[in-house]
Amino acid sequence: MSDEYEHKLEAKSDYVSDASSGTSASDIDKLPPAELPDQELYHSHSWWTTYVFSQDAKYIGVQYACTAIGTGILGLVLSWLMRLQIAFPGLGLLEPSAYYQFVTMHGMIMVIYLLTALFLGGFGNFLIPLMCGSRDMAFPYVNMVSYWMFLVAVLVLLSSFFVPGGPTGAGWTLYPPQAITSGTPGHNMGIILMLVSLVLFVAGFTMGGLNYIVTVLQLRTRGMTLMRLPLTVWGIFVATILALLAFPALLVGGLMMTLDGLLGTSFFMPAIVSMGEQLKYEGGSPILFQHLFWFFGHPEVYIVALPAFGIVSDLISIHARKNIFGYRMMVWAIVGIGALSFFVWAHHMYVAGMNPWFGFFFATTTLIIAVPTAIKVYNWILTLWRGNIQLSLPMLFSLGFIVTFLNGGLTGLFLGNVTVDVPLSDTYFVVAHFHMVMGIAPVLVVFGAIYHWYPLITGRMLNETLGKIHFWITFVGSYAIYFPMHYQGFIGVPRRYFEIYDSPYIETSTMGLNVFITVAALIVGAAQLLFIYNLISSARLGKKAEKNPWKANSLEWQTPEMPPAHGNWGKEMPKVYRWPYDYSVPGAKEDYIPQNVAPSAVTEAKVEKS
Amino acid sequence: MAVAIVILLIALGSIAFHFWSPWWWTPIASNWQGMDDTILLTFWITGFVFVAICAFVAYCVWKYRYQKNRIAEYKPEDKKLETRLILITTLGVIALLAPGLLVWNNYISVPDNAYKVEVVAYQWGWKFRLPGKDGVLGKTDIKLINDENPFGLNLEDSYGKDDLLVDEGELHLLLDRPVKFELRAIDVLHNFYVPQFRGKMDMVPGMITYYWITPTRIGEFEILCAEYCGTGHYAMRGLVIVDKEKEYNKWEAKQITFDKMFAKNKNNKNLQLAKNTK
Ligand code: HEM
Ligand SMILES: [Cu+2]
Ligand SMILES: [Cu+2]
Repeated sequence: MSDEYEHKLEAKSDYVSDASSGTSASDIDKLPPAELPDQELYHSHSWWTTYVFSQDAKYIGVQYACTAIGTGILGLVLSWLMRLQIAFPGLGLLEPSAYYQFVTMHGMIMVIYLLTALFLGGFGNFLIPLMCGSRDMAFPYVNMVSYWMFLVAVLVLLSSFFVPGGPTGAGWTLYPPQAITSGTPGHNMGIILMLVSLVLFVAGFTMGGLNYIVTVLQLRTRGMTLMRLPLTVWGIFVATILALLAFPALLVGGLMMTLDGLLGTSFFMPAIVSMGEQLKYEGGSPILFQHLFWFFGHPEVYIVALPAFGIVSDLISIHARKNIFGYRMMVWAIVGIGALSFFVWAHHMYVAGMNPWFGFFFATTTLIIAVPTAIKVYNWILTLWRGNIQLSLPMLFSLGFIVTFLNGGLTGLFLGNVTVDVPLSDTYFVVAHFHMVMGIAPVLVVFGAIYHWYPLITGRMLNETLGKIHFWITFVGSYAIYFPMHYQGFIGVPRRYFEIYDSPYIETSTMGLNVFITVAALIVGAAQLLFIYNLISSARLGKKAEKNPWKANSLEWQTPEMPPAHGNWGKEMPKVYRWPYDYSVPGAKEDYIPQNVAPSAVTEAKVEKS
Repeated sequence: MAVAIVILLIALGSIAFHFWSPWWWTPIASNWQGMDDTILLTFWITGFVFVAICAFVAYCVWKYRYQKNRIAEYKPEDKKLETRLILITTLGVIALLAPGLLVWNNYISVPDNAYKVEVVAYQWGWKFRLPGKDGVLGKTDIKLINDENPFGLNLEDSYGKDDLLVDEGELHLLLDRPVKFELRAIDVLHNFYVPQFRGKMDMVPGMITYYWITPTRIGEFEILCAEYCGTGHYAMRGLVIVDKEKEYNKWEAKQITFDKMFAKNKNNKNLQLAKNTK
C-alpha cells in the first residue's frame, strides 16, 4: 500500500484513531453519536403474526427463500423434461407446444422467481439488517406485504398451467408479435397471466427494494460507514437500485402488450397476416418491445450477478482467512458494473434488425464492462493467494463459482463482440453461455451461501458428507452439461428447437452428445434433491452449531443470541470500529477481529485499514 | 486437495475437448472467413486466460491449503498491481474488439453490385423473390397480401411486374456473385440462417432488414429459422443451392413472373367462382 493512500485513509476516518498510539481506551474507541433513535419494532402476539404474517425481516427472508426454491424445483423438473425430449425424441414425450411452454416457464422461473427473489428477497432480507447492524428493515409492514405480493405472483404464474391453452410458450423474452398471435401456445390466457404475474412481482419487489435501500442508507449502526459494509451488502444494495430502475421498463412493456392483446391497441403490433388472415393491427413496432425488454433484461443479469459477486467475495475472504483483496476497487467495480449495465442492453439485439450502426456502440460498451468484471475475478483469486484456505463447503462452492463464472464470462466476450455474435447468436452457444454465467455460477454461490449461513438461520450445521457429494456432482456435472453445448452452437444448432432431427449440416454424433448432456442433467438434478433433503433433515438432526462457527467478522455473527432473536441485538446496539475483513492481522492473537471489537481490545494488532 | 486437481483437469480437459472432439463448425461456404478468424482469435485469447486463471487457482488451493499455524498475508490493497491488471485487461479487450468491429463494418456495408433477393418468412416456411429483368424489386405491403397476390406486391409499381416469385422453399444462388438478402416477415419474427454462410438477421414484420454474402462454394445448404416463431419454429427449413452459371440460368428461366402468376391466380379464382355459381 502506498504512503499517499495511507494518508488519505487517515484523513477520512478521523474518528477512528490509530490503535497503536498511547491514548486512553475511551479516546481510541470514539465513534460518532447515533443519528437516529433506536427503531421501534412491531412485536407479534400470535403464532400467525410471528410465523405467517411476519414483519421480521429474517422470517420474511426465509419465506422468500423457501417460495423461490420451491418454484425453482418446478423449473428444474421442466428442464429434465426438455432435456429428455431433446435427447430421446423417439419417446414422443412432449408435443412441440408443451416443449415451448416448458422452455418459457423454465426460463422465466429460473431468472425471476428463483434467482431474483432468492438473492434480493431471501438473502437481502435476512442479511441486510443483520450486516448493517440494524434491528430490522426500515418499513417492516411494507416488507411483509412485499412477500405476499410475491407469493401471489407465483400463484398466478402457476395457475397458468391450468387455464385453457396452458401457459404461454412465447419464450422467456415474450417477444411480440408471436407472444399474442395464434401460432404460439398460450397466446390468449397464458400470456396474460404471465404478464399479470410479472406486474405483481414488480410491484411486490418495489416495496421490498425501497426497504433495502432505505435500510442500507439510513439504518446502519454507529461506526458502520458505507465503506465498512461487507461486499454482500454492497452487491445486494446496488442490485436493488438496478432493479428499481430496470423493472419499470418491463412493467410498461408488459402493460402495453397486455393492451395489445386484450384491447387491440398496436404498440408492438404492425400490420400482419397471421395464418392467412389479415389482423387488425397497424403501425406498431416489435423492436420497441425488444428495447424495453432488454433495457430491463440486461440489468437483470446483473441483478442476479451482483449479489452473487458480493456474497462470494465474503465467502472467499472468510474461508481463506484473508482480507478481501482490493476492497475499494471491488466496491467501485460493483458500482461501475451496475452503472454500465444500463448502456449495453442492445447487445442482445445485434441481429434483431435494429439500425446496424448501433452494433459499434453496443459492442464497445459491452467490452468495456468486461474490464471491471475481470477486476473482480482477479481480486478473488488474489484473495486466495497467500491465504490460509479452508476447504469448507462454502469455499468449495466459491471455487466452483470462480471456474464456472470465468468460463461463462469469457464466452461473453464472444457474444459481445458483435461480429462473433452473428454466427453464434440464437444457437446453443448462447444457451451454454448464459447458463454458465447467470445460471450455474450464481446457483453455486447460492449453495455456498446456504451452507455458510444455515447455522445462523437454524442454529445447526448442514451435513458435511451430503454437502460434499452435492458439491462434486453439481460443479463437475454442470460443467459437463454446458461445456460441450458450446460446440453444438458452433455447428449451428439453433436454440429453442423442439427436435434437432438429422440434418446435412449436423454430424450424427451430435445426437450422441445430446444423450450425454441429458444424462448429466438428470444426475445433476437428482443431486439437488439430496440438497433439499439435507436442508430439511439438518434443521432438526444437524450438528448443533457453535456461535460464529466460521470465525467471521461481519456483524450478523455477533448477535447476542444465535439464531438472532427478534430485534437482532438485544438491549445494546452494536458499535462498529473496523471493516469486516480484518483476518490474520499481524500481531493479533486470533486470526480474526470482528467488526464490533474496539481498538482498545486489540491494541497489539497492526491494523492497516479502518 | 482434490479440488486443485479437478480444476486443473477441467482446464486441460476443456483444451483436449476443443482440439480432439469431432464437433466443430461446418466448413464455410461464404465470404465471411473474417467471422471465423475473429472467433479463432477470441478462442486463443480467452483460452489462454481461462487456463492461466484455472492454473493459478489450483496452485493457490494446493500451496495455501489450511494449516493451523499458517498465517495468511495481511495486505488490503496493492495499487500498482491493480493498475497493471487493468491495463493488461484493457489491451486484451481492444485486441478482441478492433478486428471484430472491422468485420462488422464489412457486414453492414453492402457492395453496390450485390444482387438483391427478397426472402419472405411466414409461419412456417420460406418464399423468395428475385428482381427479374429490370433488376429492381417492386414495392410490397403486407396489407395487399391475399390469395392472388401472396407476396403483397403493389400492383401500381411497374418494377414489380417482372419480379420472379419462388414459392417452393428452395432458392438458387450464383457462385461468387455477392447477394443482398432483403428480409421480410409477414406474421411474426423469424431469422434467415444458413450455418455455412455464417450470416444471420431477424426478419421483422413491418420492416425490411438485410445482410449480404458472397457464396464461395457450390452445394446444397439447409436454411434454418433462428428466431423463435411459434410451434413450428424447429421445422421451418428450406434449401439454398449454390450453382455455377449454367445451372443457375437454367433454374432462373423456369421461375414465373409476378404478372403471369397474378393472371393465373385471377383466372383460377374466376373459374372457382364460376364453378361455385353453377
Ligand atoms: C442443470 C440445470 C438446468 C438445465 C438442465 C437447464 C436446461 C435448459 C434447457 C434444455 C433449455 C432450453 C434450451 C432451448 O431449447 O433453447 C433451457 C433454457 C433456459 N434456461 Fe435452463 N437449465 C438449467 C438451469 C437453469 C438456471 C439455473 C437458469 C437461471 C438463470 C436457467 C435459465 C434458462 C433460461 C433463461 C432459458 C431460456 C429460455 C428461453 O429460451 O426462453 N436454466 N434450460
Ligand atoms: Cu446483456
Ligand atoms: Cu422460427
